[in-house]
Amino acid sequence: MAGTTERPTGFGRLKRKEDPRFIRGQGHYVDDVTLPGMLHGAVLRSPLAHARITSIDTSAAQQHPKVRAVITGKDLEAQGLAWMPTLSADTQAVLATDKVRFQGQEVAFVIADDEYAARDALELIDVDYEPLPVVVDPRTALDAGAPVIRDDKDGKSDNHIFDWEAGSEEECDRVFEDADVTLVTQEIPFQRVHPAPLETCGAVADYDAVTGKLRLWCTTQAPHAHRTLYALVAGLPEHKIQVIAPDIGGGFGNKVPIYPGYVCAIVGSIVTGKPVKWMEDRTENLTSTGFARDYLMRGRIAADRDGKIRALRVDVLADHGAFNATAQPSKYPAGFFHIFTGSYDLEAAYCTVKGVYTNKAPGGVAYRCSFRVTEAAYLVERMVDLLADELEIDPVELRMKNFIKKEQFPYTTRTGWVYDSGDYAATMNEALRIAGYDELRKEQAEKRARGEYMGIGCSFFTETVGAGPKKDMDIAGLGMADGAELRVHPTGKAVLRISVKTQGQGHETTFAQIVAEELGIPPEDVEVVHGDTDQTPFGLGTYGSRSTPVSGAATAMVSRKIRDKARLIASAALEVSPDDLEWERGRWFVKGDPEKGQTIQEAAFAAHGTLTLPEGVEGHLDAEAVYDPPNLTYPCGAYICVVDVDPGTGEVKIRRFIAVDDCGVRINPMIVEGQVHGGLAEGVGIALMQHIAFDDQGNCLSGSFMDYLVPSSMEVPDWELGETVTPSPHHPIGAKGVGESSNVGSPPAVVNAVVDALEPFGVRHVDMPVTPARVWEAIQHGTTRPPQ
Amino acid sequence: MQVPAPFDYARASSVDEAIALLERLGPEARLVAGGHSLLPMMKLRLATPEHLIDINPLESELNYIREEGGLVRIGALTRHRDVLASEVLARHYPIVREAEELIADPPVRNRGTVGGALCQADPSEDLSAVFAALGAVTVIRGSGGERVVTMEDFHEGPYETAVGDAEMLVEVRVPIREHGGSAYEKVKRRTGDWATAASGVALWLDGANVGAAGIALSAVNPTGIRSTRAEQALIGRPPSEEAFAEAAALAAEDCNPATDQRGPADYKRHLAQELTHRALRRAAERALAS
Ligand SMILES: Cc1cc2nc3c(=O)[nH]c(=O)nc-3n(C[C@H](O)[C@H](O)[C@H](O)COP(=O)(O)OP(=O)(O)OC[C@H]3O[C@@H](n4cnc5c(N)ncnc54)[C@H](O)[C@@H]3O)c2cc1C
Repeated sequence: MAGTTERPTGFGRLKRKEDPRFIRGQGHYVDDVTLPGMLHGAVLRSPLAHARITSIDTSAAQQHPKVRAVITGKDLEAQGLAWMPTLSADTQAVLATDKVRFQGQEVAFVIADDEYAARDALELIDVDYEPLPVVVDPRTALDAGAPVIRDDKDGKSDNHIFDWEAGSEEECDRVFEDADVTLVTQEIPFQRVHPAPLETCGAVADYDAVTGKLRLWCTTQAPHAHRTLYALVAGLPEHKIQVIAPDIGGGFGNKVPIYPGYVCAIVGSIVTGKPVKWMEDRTENLTSTGFARDYLMRGRIAADRDGKIRALRVDVLADHGAFNATAQPSKYPAGFFHIFTGSYDLEAAYCTVKGVYTNKAPGGVAYRCSFRVTEAAYLVERMVDLLADELEIDPVELRMKNFIKKEQFPYTTRTGWVYDSGDYAATMNEALRIAGYDELRKEQAEKRARGEYMGIGCSFFTETVGAGPKKDMDIAGLGMADGAELRVHPTGKAVLRISVKTQGQGHETTFAQIVAEELGIPPEDVEVVHGDTDQTPFGLGTYGSRSTPVSGAATAMVSRKIRDKARLIASAALEVSPDDLEWERGRWFVKGDPEKGQTIQEAAFAAHGTLTLPEGVEGHLDAEAVYDPPNLTYPCGAYICVVDVDPGTGEVKIRRFIAVDDCGVRINPMIVEGQVHGGLAEGVGIALMQHIAFDDQGNCLSGSFMDYLVPSSMEVPDWELGETVTPSPHHPIGAKGVGESSNVGSPPAVVNAVVDALEPFGVRHVDMPVTPARVWEAIQHGTTRPPQ
Repeated sequence: MQVPAPFDYARASSVDEAIALLERLGPEARLVAGGHSLLPMMKLRLATPEHLIDINPLESELNYIREEGGLVRIGALTRHRDVLASEVLARHYPIVREAEELIADPPVRNRGTVGGALCQADPSEDLSAVFAALGAVTVIRGSGGERVVTMEDFHEGPYETAVGDAEMLVEVRVPIREHGGSAYEKVKRRTGDWATAASGVALWLDGANVGAAGIALSAVNPTGIRSTRAEQALIGRPPSEEAFAEAAALAAEDCNPATDQRGPADYKRHLAQELTHRALRRAAERALAS
């Protein structure tokens, strides 16, 4: 499988161009940036979750011999920078002025000669807090008399953020009234988790007072969007701002927002006249930067007795923390949650989402699916299993019965999505084949008879990725279209400039392969430039599995422009009409005279040489493209998880995990598989061990890797992958996104497997993370059947 | 980067020098061995010693595992890795390797030491339970000389030991006894995690009956706990499921676990019973086979 003996000239298995530098430790991350005279910043954070600041005394810190400046919210206020806009039309404090609203919130910024001194000086700052009652549980956030967290907002008298709905309540009610079977779930939480990229967030800001130029090296997945926002917020002229994202050590959505630390580094550089570096530590990353999920969901399902699912309804309470800092298109405050109808053909669907403030860190952007598809997939796949149990139908059979059929695509869902393509039954069947599903069920029956608890869990997800059409989607007013520029140098070597930014996804390889496929030149002849706003065209960046669906399409389009131009050049060189030329990989040749032709390399030289070009054709071989996707792409997958549960200790061992992904055409299958592996490991972590937990005072209990657990190779099985390929009909190369799929699809497969294993104990549901303690408790109490 | 508060640093070139430095620098001085407990606490500024005395140069003096005079003697600077690899320990006490395989991860085991583990006195620490079950004693040295303290008396509370400010632990002595078997059981949330609960068990047969027993648990009490009631329940009886169940229940009764992120107290109490029972079964099998 992993054989790479034959080097692909376009799509195919190819080792990543990035690998040599990462494997040799030669990557260049933000923390590797060192500039002459650079100072170091550190953030003082609130120890309390909710408190009024009565005074801040920085005098002792100022006197520290190595301290150059101490900045507080008051200082920023004077320049109108104490608050900044979030990516969801809210505001967030850069440094607190009036109150602190979550534990870990930024209160002051110290700039010193080195990081040690900066951190020492934090302890010299004296802040007086007057503690206020806290809102930790989102269920109480809207109670009368709940403390108002956002009293900074004019006239705000509660903790309500938004109410949002999709689908038709009326149609849903109607179906529920005459359905044979209706089932209401208990409240099913998708717990607060954190993507915990191994590289924490940070920035180096270098403001040149003479030229007025600001250079910012930053851990950002979206350098262009950041640049524009800095321009809008700080009033800095946009052409004088250069945002550079060097190598990024994992993002997963955590590096989409602008964090107060970045703004402080910029202000620090302006104030001191020196470059300022700020790098957060692990605790800061886990406790103050973008978390993910934190949805409390209640589902209802209506079906016929024979297992035809007719309608779904979900009501969600969403905990957004102290500031609404998700990154959702303006129209969709709950992201793409309205894909909760999953892969099923329904008569009706309806969902409501209520967003509230609590005294917790802001976020909701992150963890390999920013747009709430993970929450949606988890709920629907749990519900289908609950229904299967209720109807005593095999969960796979129930899914098969309800899948949207191949011939129904493009399929418009009851909540308005237009799924582009899929063959769900084929994808499911491939997973069953790899798993040996019937054999597994036999083995399970034998084991049960012996008192051994083995579980088989299935999930089938449909993802919606590649945001998105400009007419529907924006982030902070910026349309979600991305540009690409391609220059072919005289010798036929090319430089591709793209707006998106790899954080480990292998863009430098995949995008070179797209050009290679389109132009028939070797991928190693294509240099991919990204992550530097002065060097690349505008675009919204890499998240939401959008790079291939959007920028990949832009890259194919720009390559085709080059190909078309090469045709004109070839026609001039060969003295034939362009219509008489035919394309074969890498070369235009004369129809009927295949010996006579011109390669892309020859065309490139000719374009830069002395050849007289046809009327209207400019020299050189360069092109630009901007791609506004006509629709999102809809990858899907069938996952099967096999677990063994030790009922004496509650320990869960994942024995097998089968993942069949359909992400359309695979550009580099090896990279796709790597993405799937990583997402599956994350999904296992989420399902079994991860939770950003708080005590009743809003103290975060998960501020280190001792408490916030990341699975190791010991906790995950050898993944068994498979594929089906249903090209996206509207994407120029038929590709769909894949980066997030496995994180979306795996948690329900794991939980379904554990619940299946515990069926003899009467267990119908176990909340994530499914820790040994929770498994044991479920066995003791057997969770109650959901009320009818 | 998490950075510690400022501190001074000295390297000891002998045990005597380390003790002299401790005496001279007073209670704000701390020894550093593997550093895997102390340095993380310093980086989080939970510990802010003014002086660090590095005892890593004392490898030749303090890193050893020796079998002599009916004892296995383990030097305080012996690394987890060495304990894990030791054939002597594995032969006499299978519990040791079983526990070590479940302690932390290779990078931590490469540096972390027996002395550091015992002196840190974390309530979830594993080797204390192992040594307590085996009836080991500790050797503590100060400028006035050496004293021997049993494992039960070594721990004075969570993170508190019998080692004085100007003293250090130099050795652990484990008695070698015939017809024994031992085992360790631990539940953790993932590889490298500390115990949610753990139980260490050793049994010695006197003919067909249990002649002596050691049962010690970790992570289920403010300090490590040895359940003498559970041990007594086994002595004088042949090893049997019934006896194990009785002893395991007593061990669980003796626990006082706290509810935390690893689980509720009743779960941990259940684990104390379940793990003790499992460990007893395996220890007895080994004793019968010896
Ligand atoms: C990620 C991680 C996971 C871990 N998991 C486990 C686990 O599952 N089970 C477990 O049991 N342990 C675990 N540990 C602890 C680890 O195994 C070490 O035992 C522990 O860190 C202490 O050993 P050390 O040599 O590093 O001590 P240090 O950190 O150097 O010292 C610890 C304390 O002991 C004192 N000290 C050290 N040596 C002496 C001496 N000779 N005399 C007097 N005082 C002394 C020091 O002054 C300090 O106060 C884990 C540690 C880490 C970092």
